[in-house]
Amino acid sequence: MSVTVYVPNDSAAIGIGANATAQAISKMAAERGIPIRVIRNGSRGLFWLEPFVEVVTSEGRIGYGPVEAQDVPSLFDARFLDGGPHRLRIGRPESIPYLAQQERLTFSRVGITDPLSIPDYEAHGGGRGLRVALQAPPADLVEEITKSGLRGRGGAAFPAGIKWKTVMNARAEQKYIVCNADEGDSGTFSDRMILEGDPFVLIEGMVIAGLAVGATEGYIYLRSEYPHAWVILLAAIQKAQDAGYLGSNILGSGRRFELHVRRGAGAYICGEETAMLESLEGKRGMVRPKPPIPALFGLWGRPTLIHNVMTLAAVPVIVDKGGAFYAGFGAGRSRGTLPFQLAGNIKRGGLVEKSFGVTLREMLYDFGGGSASGRPIRAVQVGGPLGAYLPESKFDTSLDYEAFSASGGMVGHGGIVVFDDTVDMARMARYAMEFCAIESCGKCTPCRIGSTRGVEVIDRVIQGRQRTENLTLLRDLCDTLSSASLCAMGGLTPSPVLSALTHFPEDFQRPPALAPGGRASRTIRRH
Amino acid sequence: MDSRLQANTSPTVPGTPDPLATIDSVIVAMRSLPGALLPMLHGIQDVLGHVPGAAVPRLAEALNLSQAEVHGVLSFYHDFRTVPPGRHILRLCRAEACQAMGCDALETHLQKRHGLTFHETATDGSVTLEPVYCMGNCACAPSVMVDGEVRGRVTAGKLDQWVQQWRANAGGNP
Repeated sequence: MSVTVYVPNDSAAIGIGANATAQAISKMAAERGIPIRVIRNGSRGLFWLEPFVEVVTSEGRIGYGPVEAQDVPSLFDARFLDGGPHRLRIGRPESIPYLAQQERLTFSRVGITDPLSIPDYEAHGGGRGLRVALQAPPADLVEEITKSGLRGRGGAAFPAGIKWKTVMNARAEQKYIVCNADEGDSGTFSDRMILEGDPFVLIEGMVIAGLAVGATEGYIYLRSEYPHAWVILLAAIQKAQDAGYLGSNILGSGRRFELHVRRGAGAYICGEETAMLESLEGKRGMVRPKPPIPALFGLWGRPTLIHNVMTLAAVPVIVDKGGAFYAGFGAGRSRGTLPFQLAGNIKRGGLVEKSFGVTLREMLYDFGGGSASGRPIRAVQVGGPLGAYLPESKFDTSLDYEAFSASGGMVGHGGIVVFDDTVDMARMARYAMEFCAIESCGKCTPCRIGSTRGVEVIDRVIQGRQRTENLTLLRDLCDTLSSASLCAMGGLTPSPVLSALTHFPEDFQRPPALAPGGRASRTIRRH
Repeated sequence: MDSRLQANTSPTVPGTPDPLATIDSVIVAMRSLPGALLPMLHGIQDVLGHVPGAAVPRLAEALNLSQAEVHGVLSFYHDFRTVPPGRHILRLCRAEACQAMGCDALETHLQKRHGLTFHETATDGSVTLEPVYCMGNCACAPSVMVDGEVRGRVTAGKLDQWVQQWRANAGGNP
């Protein structure tokens, strides 16, 4: 009988050697005449242990990590296929505190199953939501989503139930479900992990959404920076088609849903929903003014339900277990769980799915174990490049939408980027403006021009030229950006800038010679 | 699932296919897709490594657009190149998580040690350096993409190894 070995096929794991590890294991097993079956699973999301190899033994799965190709001979010598002792032996993955303390609803299968096996998917609870949905009247499905309290996980946190109801009640010959998989925020990778580690849950969520609102066609807009996810997603759609999850006769019900994938082309702004629609239509990714809202006038002018990957991937568990079950997690008006992502200068970076209400400090120290460099954590950016930089005095804030925004932050997509005390916050503020200048779609003036002016003003501050006047000008400019921009790109760029200025003013007062803004003269180039 | 999209898996290192024939075959394969311009531009670049100027009038005619509209789309998106890249493409992530782990020092290192700057190709044609803003590898920063493959926890030494190898394979050109 052959032994089953799991080696992640997640691109972050591959980026630090998982393919070489998998090959070394297969090769050595062949050389030693041991029959094994290597399954390429998703990642458990414990990246300091990647490549994380798991072996199925009589006592369950036993994990070893981080396993590099050069460790493989000694693992065979230690009889790791029987769970033997080795310096890299971690034990049962479920008993690792980092995993044991999570509440994995959306990520319940990631790292456990073969991402491209429908039987594996169904053996671990997949497909149940879809079967419920095929029996339920659309209005009941919308009601369950409303009851669950699910809010858009992409950043804006708009109540999903209201969107679903609007699209359901819209009258049109054709409606669409569009999945925004253009997760471009630095520090976020939960979408990528689902796309690579459990793509069927997204597909199932989109089909259920289609059944609920009366849409028969769906598009996934996937960022081009995720080439590995693209390959896996295309394979998953083919398998879903073959298994009857997609197509003209879903699981024999006679209902229909077709799914297409489109690749983005490196424009951050296409994560904004209306710019994404323009891009899907084959145009420049320029933001559309709202109203009309996409729920009524979306893709090719038709009613369109737009959600990001995390929102749609939460749908199957809600429909399977009920809205009340999902609403049983969370804090205040933020119901359910959020897959947080610990990134940057952090010792134990990874994916932490928790109920809303956990504090930033618990994330940084209990899960993250402090900085990777061992130096004090000085600043944390939550919610992507448009999120505020928070100092230690804010670390006890509860991570839920309301509490976090009351303290000047934004939960956004749940990305948490950690910086140690070597960070220069004036330079981070400059980068925020530079990023806006590079990625602005150019439709509105505050964003297009204001961001470039912002870089220039911050450069003058760094160089020590008329600091007081220029800091006043910078605040004035931020005010213009936040009140007069068409979308969140220009509207929220002041957030990292002003938070840096408010919480770390000393970084804007350094003697010019010491200011490490050495690239102050770097010109902005869009291409 | 649309089989017409399946051929484009990941960015490929350009070979020497005939540009015009490539453009025309991509147009024929994709012209019935709704919103076909982006998939077509990707399709052309996947094969040729860039989108040559000759593609613009052909795409415009096939899609009933003006050449200005096609040019507008082509120039809007960071991914599309209008000139051939080097034999290898190195994309260095500049986003915040990678900055927290020292990507700026890697950028400086590439410039000082190897003379590589963003958006430029080495004079021997061995490598093009491009910035990228997040590849979802933020727990293993700093990150790069080497010919379409993400690599994490990159060091200056690792970059030296790659660049030297590419330079050596460039055939002794300076």
